[in-house]
Amino acid sequence: MGPNLFLNFGEAVAMLLFGIGFCNLLLQKNLIKKIIGLNIMDSAIYLFLAEKGYITGRAAPIVTDGIQSVEAYINPVPGGLVLTGIVVSVSVTALMLSLTIRLYRRYHTLDLDEISALLKKEGR
Amino acid sequence: MAFVQNFPFLSIVLSLFSGAVCSVMNGKAARVINRVVLTAVMVLSAATLVFTLQTGESYTYKMGHFPAPFGNEIRAGVLESALALFFCFIMLFSLWGGRKHIEEEIEAEKLNYYYILTNMMLCSLLAIIYTNDLFTAYVFVEINTISACGLIMIRQTGRTIEAAVRYMIMSLLGSGLLLMGLCMLYDLTGHLLMENIREAVVMLHASGRYQVPLTITIGLMTVGLAIKSALFPFHTWVPDAYGYSTASSAAILSSLVSKGYIFLLIKIIYRVIGFEVFGDSKINNILFVFGLAGMIFGSLSAIKEDDIRRMVAFSSVAQIGYIYMGIGMGTQAGMAAAIFHIFSHAATKALLFIAGVGLTDVSGQSKRFTDLKGSAYRNKIAGAAFGAGALSMVGVPLFSGFISKLLFSQAAVLNHGKMLPALIALAVSTILNAIYFMKTVIRIYRPMKTDYEVRTFGKQKLFAASCICLVALNVLLGTMSQFLVDVIGKGLEMFV
Repeated sequence: MGPNLFLNFGEAVAMLLFGIGFCNLLLQKNLIKKIIGLNIMDSAIYLFLAEKGYITGRAAPIVTDGIQSVEAYINPVPGGLVLTGIVVSVSVTALMLSLTIRLYRRYHTLDLDEISALLKKEGR
Repeated sequence: MAFVQNFPFLSIVLSLFSGAVCSVMNGKAARVINRVVLTAVMVLSAATLVFTLQTGESYTYKMGHFPAPFGNEIRAGVLESALALFFCFIMLFSLWGGRKHIEEEIEAEKLNYYYILTNMMLCSLLAIIYTNDLFTAYVFVEINTISACGLIMIRQTGRTIEAAVRYMIMSLLGSGLLLMGLCMLYDLTGHLLMENIREAVVMLHASGRYQVPLTITIGLMTVGLAIKSALFPFHTWVPDAYGYSTASSAAILSSLVSKGYIFLLIKIIYRVIGFEVFGDSKINNILFVFGLAGMIFGSLSAIKEDDIRRMVAFSSVAQIGYIYMGIGMGTQAGMAAAIFHIFSHAATKALLFIAGVGLTDVSGQSKRFTDLKGSAYRNKIAGAAFGAGALSMVGVPLFSGFISKLLFSQAAVLNHGKMLPALIALAVSTILNAIYFMKTVIRIYRPMKTDYEVRTFGKQKLFAASCICLVALNVLLGTMSQFLVDVIGKGLEMFV
């Protein structure tokens, strides 16, 4: 396990970041910090994909100089997946931020537990 | 290639484009478009169902110009088209039944947004059902989440926005895990199409290499989808989201959205990982335990509830527990029972939410049980429909709930290791169900001494018609279940 871990330290970092993001999204009380956690989590997945897609010594999969050999380029699919994933995570982040703004305008706090307590007091 | 084979693709594209068209329409036109599209998709799915039943086999449909390992694919079989047909039916009647509330509770100029969201929801559900590509499934899972969040928060009160935030947080945790699982699976196998992944996973499993990453991957995807479909310890958003959103949203969310994720999980189990490999990973035991816990604790929370909508929402948690118990049994019979319960619970929960709103309408919009006393006399159709739904949930013969409980107990008896806990939990949960549903039915049928105004059929034709249709669907599933059980059996065979 030891040498493998050192060889794949990029993936290991991605997993650590994923864990950090996940815990932040789950445990933080502040909504903005939760959203930051969400972004760390998603970025960690993209880092993992990029790390997996890259092969040392090969070029980006754009045909130049007429070289058509598969051996010359890295795998383009993870790049496509990362792009799609970024689109998804941007839209989800925007939605979460807009919900946060709405809650802040109503209750003047970003703490989700405090908002819940205020709602219970409202009794509706 | 037969022309019918285009229909799954057509129905996805139709609902996607109608969503875009609705954005420039006013509320009324958007509503008409929504209904036309729902009916059209229903007809298309029915045609696909008949076609696949006749040919007796599933087919894959190539999207774009690239063949199998590179391009994207749609796959339609008996089970997929039956589920699509059923989802359209439930969605149509949920929208009809709650139409009055949709128009009262949503600002007039935002009414078309509601229909955009329902069209996108339909599109993403159809895509999740039909797709043969894992990453496409992930993208549509996210679209589904976003539109579900919109459906919750379109009624603008503090409660619904808070519920939407809680829903989003849980959902995003789930989809993060799902995405991580997908990426690791892609890393292990090098494919994204379900069939190619399964070939590679079976080889990997046989070779005995990378067992730990494979188990972790299966675990990540399973837990991710379990969080998204509100399995027991992750159900905290359910009561708020279903209890305070508008009635149609609650019906759609509880009967369709969570079911879409569960169907994706079943598809992953059969078509991506392979039933045997999934069984060897022992993750079904975890699902089984949490399913049992959900059955009991969901019902216990429902008993404590004083609000009819929140009570029905907690009952959903218990019913999701039933489905996961079926999946967790790890046998074909258990899986078939779980899929039957997806159908049965969808029909019943939509009915309960729609009928419940009819009862609260005649009780001054109050959802408390003290105010609901005798409401079944004030609104006879809603009372009868709620009673029918409650009987189905408890598991009285003639209704669909009975058949699913029968199938679950048959599956439990066939499984030696898990027979005792499953049967005990089924019995306890049925009693608990009976306690809170019969308590409600007795309360709404308590005779009134004072004078009261009766809401007649003429004043609520659409509501009454949708209640009657949903009750009829329930009775149909309960009395002529053999057809559906056969379809499920055939569909599961086609999965392999």
